[in-house]
Amino acid sequence: MTLLSIVGLRGGYGDIDILNGVDLTLNPGEILTVAGTNGAGKSTLAKAIVGLLPRVSGRILLGGADLAGIPAERRARSGIGYVPQVANVFPSLTVIENLDVVEGVHDRRKRIAELLALFPALAQRRNARAGSLSGGERQQLAYSRALMTRPKIVVLDEPTAALSPSLVAESFDRIATLAADGTGVLLIEQRARQALAISHRGAIMDGGKVAMEGGAATLLADERAANLYLGHH
Amino acid sequence: MRLEIESLTMAYGGLKVVDNLSFTMPAGDIVGVIGPNGAGKSTMFSIVTGFLVADAGDVRFRGETVTALSPVARAKSGMVRTFQVPREFSHLTVRENLLAAAPSQSGERLLDLFFRPSRVSAEEALLAKRVDGLLEFLKLGKVAGTPAGRLSGGQKKLLELGRVLMTGAKLILLDEPFAGVNPVLIEEISQRILELNADGVGFLIIEHDLGALTRIVSTLHVMDRGCLIASGRPAEVLKDPVVREAYLGGPS
Repeated sequence: MTLLSIVGLRGGYGDIDILNGVDLTLNPGEILTVAGTNGAGKSTLAKAIVGLLPRVSGRILLGGADLAGIPAERRARSGIGYVPQVANVFPSLTVIENLDVVEGVHDRRKRIAELLALFPALAQRRNARAGSLSGGERQQLAYSRALMTRPKIVVLDEPTAALSPSLVAESFDRIATLAADGTGVLLIEQRARQALAISHRGAIMDGGKVAMEGGAATLLADERAANLYLGHH
Repeated sequence: MRLEIESLTMAYGGLKVVDNLSFTMPAGDIVGVIGPNGAGKSTMFSIVTGFLVADAGDVRFRGETVTALSPVARAKSGMVRTFQVPREFSHLTVRENLLAAAPSQSGERLLDLFFRPSRVSAEEALLAKRVDGLLEFLKLGKVAGTPAGRLSGGQKKLLELGRVLMTGAKLILLDEPFAGVNPVLIEEISQRILELNADGVGFLIIEHDLGALTRIVSTLHVMDRGCLIASGRPAEVLKDPVVREAYLGGPS
C-alpha cells in the first residue's frame, strides 16, 4: 500500500504560491529522490508534508489518512520524521538533550540507547553541546533526532550539503540501510546523481511542479534530464 | 593578484584552528582548498579577508601586507569573499542586493549628480545592464523583485555569488559555492569562473564537490586540523595516501 500520497498540492508563504500542483507517491522501503532547479519548491514541499507550510491546498495522505489540518507535532508523532536543511539541532543543548527533547517518543531511554549504538561518534560526544560538533557529527545528530519517533517516512532536505566526500558516502549508505528496513525516504538532494544511485525512483521539480518522474536508472540515463537538471557528472 | 599567506596561526580556546599555515597563490590562478569538516578552511578565509584577526602570521596581497586592514579596505584593494552561510540583506530585493554590491558610483557623490547628471545616468544604465545579465545567468530573473530573505537556500547561495561578481574584484574567495546548487548550474558557474579567470580574476575556492572543483582548479591545497597536509596538482594530490586517509575515507 502506498505510504504517502500527494495530490494536487499547492501552497506557499504569504500570498505567493511556491507549489503549483505537485503529485507524488512514496511506498514503504522506497527512496524517492527529489531533485530540481534552485527555488523549484523542494524545501517548500518538505515543509508542506511535515506540516510547517503556512498555506496549503490539495491532499497529503499518510497511510490513506488525510493530514489536512493536522499540526506538525502530531504529524511527527504519527510517523513523519524530518531533517531540515538548516537549524536542525539545538546548538546550546548537549547531544543527549537534543534527543531527549524530541516529542512523542515511545520508550525514550531505549530509543536513545539504540540510536547512540547506531552512531558511535555521537555516543562518544553525548555530553558535548551540539554547537561544538563537527559538520558530520551535527548531521548525524539531526538525523538521529528525526529517527527518535521510529518514523514510517523520513523527509531529508539536502542531508549531504557541506559534507566532505567520505561523510557524503556514509550518509547515503545510512539512508539506504534505513530504507532497506522498511522506512520510506523522501530525499531532497542537489547531488542528484549520487542520490539517484541509491534510490528507487526520482522526481525532478521545476517551477513548483514535478517536471520529470521515473525510475532512478531511467532518469540517470535520460539526456534531457542531464541537460536540464542533473548535470553530466 | 598574488596572495601570500605566511605562518598564520589562530586558536579558539585551547584548540589551534589554523596552525602555522603558509602558501602562496600566483596572480590569476584558480586554487582549490579541501579538507575534512572542521579543518580550519573557513577560518583561514576569514583571516585572509580580514573578518577574523589571527594570533600570528601575515597576509600579503599584491605584494603589500594587509594583515592590519579591515575587510572593507581589503575589498577595496580587490579581494572579496562569499560565506558558506549566505549573508544577504534580507529585506532588500534580489536586484537591490546586487546593486548594493557594486563599487561606489558617481551618483553617490552629490556634486556629480548636479553637474554631470548624464555621466551618472549612463553609469546607472550600465550597472542595471550588468545586474540584468547576472540575474539571468544565475537564474534569479524571476525573483529579481523578491526580498532576498524569501529565497530558497540554494538561491541565496547564488545571490551571494552574484554579489561578489558585481564587485569587479581581482581575487575572489568562494566558500562552498556549489553546495546546494543544481548540478546544471554548477557546470555553468564553473564555465563563468573559467571565463572570468581568462580575464585575469583569481579564485580561491573551498569546496567538497571534488568532481566539479578539480575540473577548474590548477592547484589543490589540503587542510587537516589547521595544517596544510598536501599541495599540488589535483590528480596527484588526490592520489596521496595521507590525503586519502584524512579526507576521502581511506585507500580506494
